[in-house]
Amino acid sequence: MKKIIIFLLGISSGAFSQNYYVCKAGQTSFFSETPMENISALDNKVAAVIDTDKNEIAVKITMTDFKFKNHLMEEHFNENYMESDKFPLGTFKGKIQETVDYSKNGSYDITAVGSLNMHGVTKERTLKGKMEILNGQIKLNCDFEIPLKDHKIDIPTLVIAKIAESIAVKNTFVFTKK
Amino acid sequence: MKRILVLGLLCANFAYGQDLFDELDKNVKPSKSYTSATFKSTRIINGHSNETMAKNHLDFRIAHRFGKLNDGPYNFFGLDQATMRLGLEYGVTDRFMVGLGRSTSQKTFDSFAKYKILRQAKGPISSPISLTALGAWDAISLSTSPQFVFNNNLERWTYTGQLLIARKFNDKLSLQLSPSYVHRNKVENTTDPNDIFLIGIGGRTKITKRTTLNAEYFYRLPVSLEPGLLPNTSNYNSLSIGFDIETGGHVFQLHFTNSLGMVERQFLTQTAGAWTKGDIHYGFNISRTFSFDKK
Repeated sequence: MKKIIIFLLGISSGAFSQNYYVCKAGQTSFFSETPMENISALDNKVAAVIDTDKNEIAVKITMTDFKFKNHLMEEHFNENYMESDKFPLGTFKGKIQETVDYSKNGSYDITAVGSLNMHGVTKERTLKGKMEILNGQIKLNCDFEIPLKDHKIDIPTLVIAKIAESIAVKNTFVFTKK
Repeated sequence: MKRILVLGLLCANFAYGQDLFDELDKNVKPSKSYTSATFKSTRIINGHSNETMAKNHLDFRIAHRFGKLNDGPYNFFGLDQATMRLGLEYGVTDRFMVGLGRSTSQKTFDSFAKYKILRQAKGPISSPISLTALGAWDAISLSTSPQFVFNNNLERWTYTGQLLIARKFNDKLSLQLSPSYVHRNKVENTTDPNDIFLIGIGGRTKITKRTTLNAEYFYRLPVSLEPGLLPNTSNYNSLSIGFDIETGGHVFQLHFTNSLGMVERQFLTQTAGAWTKGDIHYGFNISRTFSFDKK
């Protein structure tokens, strides 16, 4: 009995001593070209974490942190497309497939397999990125496309400016050891 | 013994599944987030909403009110006559806006300034409501006439002060309470007090993602600063019902109201029509936003 308790404590303390690299102000932007005007937005408060022991990554985006040049677009983005009241977050959690030596400087092309949740819909995705480890910092660049249909984001037929069916998303994160 | 072991394994499993997002939350404090789009536009219908224009954004507004529905088929149910207001309204900061307007009704010039004192917010230091203050001024530029004599320009002026207390309860429902005060330097009828106090109530409910149903009512309080004078009973309280429809950069507001004017003096204190008699005006506001933000 005692042994089991000790065993359990062992597990939980093991969980505490993991190696985390944290990014508190990552940048995520997207861009879409339309005949009327281009749509672009930037969020520079994206939170992300890498567990270097398990080789896992998690990213969390607050939708209302996306800033647009046109405030009305921002309002429509939150009210009509993302429904940010109902679905305030976009998340990704995945496992990095490649073996990365986080203790040495180096650069890697990596692939993360995991689930991307947006607008309340979760999709299994394989995302590619470039990782650079430099003096204890991890820099990660990752570009990918989000097909709006996949996440049940509808575009009204009334919208004069056509919105692309797929949106290009760019991410730049810099992680430091916690 | 076995049971405990299973439990232990479950715990371990749970800890694994929970994981990285918890670690994220531990490291990154949730930021304060302001409620946006309590109303789609800076007006609920005639009266101001708690919203202001965003910084460096210009709102060009064209508003029409037609004649009365009970004018009958000869006047095409009021559509033969129209009064208009043109407005240019600008966000100086994200919390402060100013506006200028000109109405055909009584050839009125108007201007206003509006400041968001408190913004509804979630997260640390949250606020359950938004509080916006409005100060407005208007001037009647009609020539002086035997019916309405102006001895000097000051007599043409009216001042309005409003507190706009709003809450967006959820994405479907927003309500607003608007205590208001109007001071007219000169009134048409000497039995009318110069000062009018009102309580306004307004709200909106979403019908679809891009359409809302709005309503607004201003009750003139039976009080006055001048003894013996009460708000003129031949005028009515303003009641309006309408829809907001948004398409890209435009907001269309279509409505029915018993007020003809679109300036505070006119709809708050001089609404001549009664819903019960069919004195209902069809009207619309078109709002087009331009961004001058160089970000």
